[in-house]
Amino acid sequence: MEPIKVLTKNVDKPNSAAIDTYIAGGGYESLKKALKSTPDEIVQLVKDSEMRGRGGAGFPTGMKWGFLPKDSPMPRYLLCNADESEPGTFKDRVIIEKDPHLLIEGMIISAYAIKSCPMSYIYIRGEFYKGAMILVKALEEARAKGFLGKNILGSGFDLDITVHRGAGAYICGEEMGLIESIEGHRGQPRVKPPFPAVVGVFGSPTIVNNVETLSCVPLIVEHGAEWFKSFGQPKNTGPKLYCVSGHVKKPGVYEFPMGVNLKELIYEHCGGITDDLPLKAVIPGGGSAPMLTPDEIDLPMNFDALMKAGTMFGSAGIIVMNSSTCIVDATWRMSKFFAHESCGQCTPCREGTNWMETILDRIERGGGRPQDADLLFDMTDNIGGKSLCALGDAACGPVASAVKKFRDEFMYHIEHKSCLPGTKRYRRLDMPVGAH
Amino acid sequence: MAHLQPDSPYATERYADTTRSVEFKPDAKAKFDALLERYPTKEAALLPALHLAQEEFGWISPEVMVYLGTLLEIEPAKVFGVVSFYNMYNQKPVGKHHVQVCTNLSCMIRNAYDIYDRCLEKLGLQPGETTKDGRITVTEVECLGSCGTAPVVQINNDYHENASVESIDKLLDTLK
Ligand SMILES: Cc1cc2nc3c(=O)[nH]c(=O)nc-3n(C[C@H](O)[C@H](O)[C@H](O)COP(=O)(O)O)c2cc1C
Ligand code: SF4
Ligand code: FES
Repeated sequence: MEPIKVLTKNVDKPNSAAIDTYIAGGGYESLKKALKSTPDEIVQLVKDSEMRGRGGAGFPTGMKWGFLPKDSPMPRYLLCNADESEPGTFKDRVIIEKDPHLLIEGMIISAYAIKSCPMSYIYIRGEFYKGAMILVKALEEARAKGFLGKNILGSGFDLDITVHRGAGAYICGEEMGLIESIEGHRGQPRVKPPFPAVVGVFGSPTIVNNVETLSCVPLIVEHGAEWFKSFGQPKNTGPKLYCVSGHVKKPGVYEFPMGVNLKELIYEHCGGITDDLPLKAVIPGGGSAPMLTPDEIDLPMNFDALMKAGTMFGSAGIIVMNSSTCIVDATWRMSKFFAHESCGQCTPCREGTNWMETILDRIERGGGRPQDADLLFDMTDNIGGKSLCALGDAACGPVASAVKKFRDEFMYHIEHKSCLPGTKRYRRLDMPVGAH
Repeated sequence: MAHLQPDSPYATERYADTTRSVEFKPDAKAKFDALLERYPTKEAALLPALHLAQEEFGWISPEVMVYLGTLLEIEPAKVFGVVSFYNMYNQKPVGKHHVQVCTNLSCMIRNAYDIYDRCLEKLGLQPGETTKDGRITVTEVECLGSCGTAPVVQINNDYHENASVESIDKLLDTLK
């Protein structure tokens, strides 16, 4: 399969973030077209495209929009999720920094489609300072051209967009955590239901969509639902950004039709494995996704195929590990992340993630006990499905899969108090690590 | 998680000293007022107001929490709850250059811990500590969303991508 340039068609242009560059490439034509249709027609178009959200869960976007209550007197909100904090994910940043107007045009059309109130927010992770500044500038340009503000292009539709910076908390990428965070609170997810479409930010019906999802909308409006479906497979449609990092020769963001073969992506497009070592494990959908072994990667990268393979497509953040990686230590590092990022609201997640990290660290340090592998496995069972939001489940993905698929390496560690020959630990045990 | 307890050893540090109250300068106050226009509630302006305050005052002291609480009509304890939840709000002064090394998986397997260790050893610091001259703070951080150019080190607002022990070592020398 050949790479494509659809979502990324502008990113290599000089001055790609400027509104003039965007307009010269046909930008904001979709907005003009959309404003001539009714909001319901746009919702139907997005439904027909079969687009599924690019933020992680893969929920059909048009269907989500359709869940907004028809008769509520409350204003409706559109929130763009630009938190991009899932380890291994760095695709939204490309759109934000290189083609911000694609996102902005997508947001205006989407806000029109869902009949949003006149204020919309982009929740961008605090570390993306540069990205936030680029967005602020792009929004000013869009206002100056009349694409934002009152009575946009004479349509009677009013909208403005505010960039809201997060402050370093992964959980604010979870839609309910994000909503709490915009309201000025700790980013602790709320119980669902009610779902955001019914009661979201400021007590109002709310749609939360990922940057890449919203950026697909102008393309769907321009070319139609059938065109969008021509990329990929049924129910897994559209152009898609894939992030590849770790032990590959050419890491980066790659665009393909949905469903590029994972093995082909790693070996052909990313130039294969660093140091030409054998492949050991692949995390296919961001740090929350269960690991795959080399014999499991000959599959199309889409929502359904990865679910069938017992893992998840998530944010399409592919982390590749070669044979030099100590799998116990790699798993420890993911656990450390979840222990740090648990919002602390529910006991299984707060305590469980810390314990998993502690047990993995003790195995790595030679203090593992023979029952530790089973203990870890049991723990994933006691956290998964028993916590309030999906972070609890996410924390279990890497641990359960590693223990299951690399059990011998865990047992070797516990027995010999050292890493498996040929593998190495990428940290020094005599150095302190940052506290939570 | 720390709590506001009168008898805790943190108390003197945590409780605002009213003799040291703070205030935005006029241009920062204007930015603050503009923030309020963007949200339907005052409370929602808290995160951006904290970013603004950190730019102004360098860190979020108890006095800053009280000040923002007053401006936004939020209990100072609630402001503290928010400040302590988010990583990026500094609850103590940090160095002029805040060196933040990502050590999450994609960076780790591209030798990020070597960079982190080098920073700590070269400057003689423990994680999160600041050099005595107040120049540099070193912390370990989670994925910065730049794994394709791992390892990544963030210094204040700037990303240093495809970093190496050598490149960061040199960079540390230039941070005045
Ligand atoms: C712990 C956690 C972290 C998440 N982080 C992100 C994120 O950084 N960016 C994102 O777009 N979605 C993230 N999500 C998914 C969101 O909850 C939500 O499903 C998504 O923003 C919806 O957008 P979409 O329908 O366009 O995919 C996260 C979910 C969980 C459970
Ligand atoms: S599962 Fe974890 S992150 Fe989610 S609400 Fe519970 S404690 Fe917070
Ligand atoms: S792991 Fe370091 S930037 Fe993502």
